[in-house]
Formats: sequence, C-alpha cells, structure tokens
Amino acid sequence: MPFIVRRLIFYVVAAWVALTINFIIPRLVPGNAVESIMSKFTDLQPSAYRAIEAMLGVGNAGSIWHQYWSYLVDVAHFNLGTSSSEFPAQVSTLLGEALPWTIILVGSATVIAFTVGTVLGIAAGWRHGGGLDRVLPGLMFLQAIPYFFFALILLEVFAVKLHLFPIGQGYGQGLIPGWHWAFIGSAIDHSLLPALTIVLTSIAGWMLQMRNVMITTVGEDYVVAAQAKGLSNRRVIFTYAARNAILPQLQGFGLAIGFVVSGALIMEIVFSYPGIGLLLINAVSSDDYALTQGIFLVITFAVLLANLIVDLIIVFVDPRARSLEATR
Amino acid sequence: MTVAPVISATTTVTQEAPQPGWWRRMPTKAKAGVVLFGVFVLTAIIGPLVTPYDPSYQNPNPNASMNAPSAAHLLGTTQSGQDVLSQLLVGIRLTLELGLIVGVVATALAVIVGVTSAFLGGFWDELLSLLTNVFLVIPALPLLIVLLGYFPNRGETPTIIVLALLGWPWGARVMRAQTLAIRNRDFVAASRETGEGTWRIIVFEIVPNEVSLIAASFVNTVLYAIGASVALAFIGVADLNSWSLGTMLYWAQSQQALQLGAWWWFVPPGLAVALMGTALVLLNTGIDELGNPRLRDASSASRIAGRWLKPADPTPVLSEISQRRNGLAGFLHSFSRSSLLDEAEAGERR
Repeated sequence: MPFIVRRLIFYVVAAWVALTINFIIPRLVPGNAVESIMSKFTDLQPSAYRAIEAMLGVGNAGSIWHQYWSYLVDVAHFNLGTSSSEFPAQVSTLLGEALPWTIILVGSATVIAFTVGTVLGIAAGWRHGGGLDRVLPGLMFLQAIPYFFFALILLEVFAVKLHLFPIGQGYGQGLIPGWHWAFIGSAIDHSLLPALTIVLTSIAGWMLQMRNVMITTVGEDYVVAAQAKGLSNRRVIFTYAARNAILPQLQGFGLAIGFVVSGALIMEIVFSYPGIGLLLINAVSSDDYALTQGIFLVITFAVLLANLIVDLIIVFVDPRARSLEATR
Repeated sequence: MTVAPVISATTTVTQEAPQPGWWRRMPTKAKAGVVLFGVFVLTAIIGPLVTPYDPSYQNPNPNASMNAPSAAHLLGTTQSGQDVLSQLLVGIRLTLELGLIVGVVATALAVIVGVTSAFLGGFWDELLSLLTNVFLVIPALPLLIVLLGYFPNRGETPTIIVLALLGWPWGARVMRAQTLAIRNRDFVAASRETGEGTWRIIVFEIVPNEVSLIAASFVNTVLYAIGASVALAFIGVADLNSWSLGTMLYWAQSQQALQLGAWWWFVPPGLAVALMGTALVLLNTGIDELGNPRLRDASSASRIAGRWLKPADPTPVLSEISQRRNGLAGFLHSFSRSSLLDEAEAGERR
C-alpha cells in the first residue's frame, strides 16, 4: 500500500477515535453530564433536566447506536449544537468567526519558527562547538518557559512598559472587521507580539532537534566521503547532510504541532486574542459543553490536516516514502 | 596520573588509576539539572513547613494589599493581602507532587504498553501501536480540558488520572522500538534457550536493559505533566482553592496583577515553572549525551581510564572502555545498541 494511502487511513481512524471520545465522554461521566450540570447550578428547577438533555443531545430516544449514528450525521453537517453561553448562537457559527484568527496567527508563526529553527539547527550542527552552541543553555531555558508566562512577560515589557505594541485584543477599538486597510493594518499590528511569543518559545525545540540529528548525520561516512571528494561546503551541507537530517525533523513536526497549538491556545488568553483559545476559555468557564466539544473537534481535525500536509511534504522529500515498500 | 593499563579485552581489567566518581563523569548539563531539580525537591519537602504566613490568609488591612517585596513579605503580597512567598512554597510542592505522580503512573503505562506490544507482535502489536499513534496525534490539551470539564470538582485526583491516561503514548512508542531491537539479541535468545518463561524474560532481561530509556521517558512525562497542569490551572480548570504554581498564575491573571504592575505576584510562580522545566530539560539532555557522546559539547573532554579525551578524539581501545562499566555513565551507555561496550561484552563472552 502506498505510504500516503496508509497515512490517510490512519488519519481517518484517528478522526474516528476523536469523534467517538467526544461522543462517549458525556455518557461515561459518573452520574451523567446532565446531573453534573444540575449540581453545579443549584438554583435550577428539576424541570430543566429535559432542557439540558436536549442541549447536550443525550436524551434522544432510541438505542445508543441510533444516538451515535445521528451524532455522526450531525457532525458531518457541521451541526455541532447550540452554544449555551452565547445562546442562541450555533457552535459552528462561533467557530467560524474565531478560526481564521487562530489559523493565520498560529499557522504563520509556526512555519516561521520551524524554518528559522531548522536553518539555525543546521548551522549549529555543522559548526559543532561553534558560537551557536554557546546559546544552547539559554534556548533550553526558553523552551521550558510556559507559553503563557512568556506571553505575560512580553506583554508587560513591550506593551505595558515600552508602548511598542498594543495591549492585547485582535484589532483596534472602534474598527469594523472587513477587507479595508485600516482594519488589516491594525490586525497585523496586534498579531505581532502573539506571533513573536510563539516563534521565540518554539524555535528552540526545532533548533535543538535539528542540531542533534545534524551532528549525527555529519559524522556519517557518506558525508565524510562527499567532503573528501572536494565538494563545496554548501553542497555537502544542504544536499548531503541536511537533506537527510531533515526527515526526522519533519516527522517531529507532525507530532509537535499538537503541542504548539495547545500552547498557542493558552497564549491567546493572555493577549485576549479573538481566536479559538479565547473561545475555549470562555466556554470552559461558563460550562458550555457543546462549545467546548465543538472546539475540541475542530482543533483535532486541524491538527490531523496539518499532519497530512506534512506527510505530503515527506513524500515529496523522501524517495523511500514514494516507493511501494515504504518505511514506517 | 598513572598510565592506563593495557590489557587485552578478554582478561579482567586491573584498576590502577583511581576511577573518577560517577558524579565527575556526568556531563555538565546533567549536573546542572540534578542540582537545580534537587533544589526544587528540597523546597517541596521543607517549603510548606517554613511558610511565614498561611498562604490563604487574606489580610483585611487595606495597607497590606499589593505590597511590593519588603522585609515582612519577601515576595510582596497579593490583591487580598496574601503572602506570595508562602503561596510559592506551598505551590511548588503541589505542582511537583502532581508532576511526579503522573510521571510514575504514565511511565508505568508506557512501559507496559510498549513492551507488551513489541513482545506480542502480530495483531495485538498493530492494534496497540495504532492506539499509541492515534493518542500521539490528538492534541492533548483540548482533550484534557474536555475530559476535566465534566468532573464536578476539578480537584487534584481527577487531574492526575486524566493527565496520566493521556501521558503514556510517547514513552510507549520509544519503549516498543527499543524492545523490538533488544528482543532479537543473543542474550535474550540464550535465556529463552535455558527455558526462561516469557514474563521472566521481559521482567528480568528486557526491562533492566531499558532503564535509561525509562528514565528519559519519566523525565519527559514529568515535564509534560507540570506544563499541562500549570496550563490547565491557569485557565481555571483546576481546584482553585488549592495553591499550586498554576492557580497562583490564575489568580494573578484574573486579578489584573499585570495591569497593576505587580510583577512580584506573577513572576515568581512563572519563573519557578520555567526553572523546574529547565532542570528537567537539562537532565534529559544529560541522559541523551551519556548515550550518544557525539552530542556533547565539542570542547568538553571526558576522562576515560585516566586520560582526558574529547568527543572527536580517536576511540580508546576496548580494554580501557570496559573500565567504564561501573558507575552511571557506563551503566547508561550500555543501553545504546551500537555502543562499544556491547562489543567489549561480546568479546568477553567469547
């Protein structure tokens, strides 16, 4: 089976598992979700029970299989239920409003961090023991800082103290979102600091991993042979060493993107950035289960899609993935 | 220094040169990690016993609110006059405790799943690997939030359970790969020939050979658990009546510490998390470097059999290497499959 087909099947299974978890959780919780909501809001009348059941979609008549099927059909039609905190807004509408903010910000920041980190990693791995190695302990510290704390510090220093960037929000007050320059300029201005947070905290991970693989690769016989043949350093670095060292890096990218997204979600809260993260915290703090679950699904699917794209790039870069006898 | 004895690999090595202690042989980064982490463990043990104030005590005196660090309050006070230092000392214990418990449980799960998967092979291996990979690819934090959201009180125990349930896949994957590699080696075949049962082989032959990997995976899991629990508490998915580094940050954020310029309120807990994380990253890098000497700082020399050698130097002869068997370095080094020690060992056996 071709590599990409196997991966596709894998992502379908992963998506199915995520969907099923989402379906099972409300039905597995001790007592049940409805009672747990009832116990949180003690002033609810017992008659509210049916209403909450309807809201969660757990009180449907019919067997569990029937419920499961109608749930899958609903999700396929982007019908994720009604938000309770922003009643009567549909969950899918709220997601549609928040998603572009997060995708543009997190997507571009991650690609920048990955590219710059990988290039720095190549340089550090090639000149092992050089100047770049000296910044490694600092990078490790940067890597260990929680995203949101780093965001707090950047906000304090650059926005509150130095007034270089606006304090939080996605765009200037009084602006109406739309395709005009005043708004776009303001949105870019507001996204610089959040993007800087993501880039600075995630760049260290990419650089360290690339450096370590690069060091091991540079020691391989074929790299030594390439140098012995008198090829230029540039050619040895990029077409011999880095070309092979980047494969584990790409595979790591697929797995790490979940972490990056998770960190970015929390970071949005610090900046009051109008993306999925802010929506998530509002949903959690107001016990809006339908919205929380909808956000979980959307994030999971986005991460799966990102992984699929990475796999397509791997097929492009790694000749082994193109052949029928693909490696795992 | 005396000259290192030159003896063939088949005879036992006489130890003339005094062996440097395991501590001296550890990479600098690992040492820094051990020291830093030790400080946190000590703080977690002693800290709550020596708190100057009750961390939850709200001073009704308005003058005690939002005080900058002073002699009375070394790290200042919060909006409601609580002592930040006391909260920090108690918080470090709770956060570290949670991280370590999750680390133990999740690593145990990882070893069980990974080793079982590699040993059973066939259908069950495929199924367990699929499960592992699926949970690796599903983003953990949103799932944690969804799961914890349904617990009526988002206390410590549910958090530990959920974090542990989601924290095993990475370790399991690594353990599976390593078990597959070890499974076909001679010493396992030999013990099978001598009639050892599958479980005996797993528990006494395979797992002891994976101690360094288990250690690395434990450190990683603790790192994950601390990061995730702090992040969860920061957004309010935690027991907000208890003091952890995450809940401290939650209250600092929700009571506008940043806007009011109360840096002493949110910097200490954040810095504590960052330093704890750095300690763990350093520890892990150290473990990596023990297993793969190439990764070491190129300027760092290690003393092998009384001689200082840089990573780029030619490898000393096997008899010298085999001296390193005692102590942590040799111990951990022996687990990388292609290490010279294996060859030395194989030579000795023949």
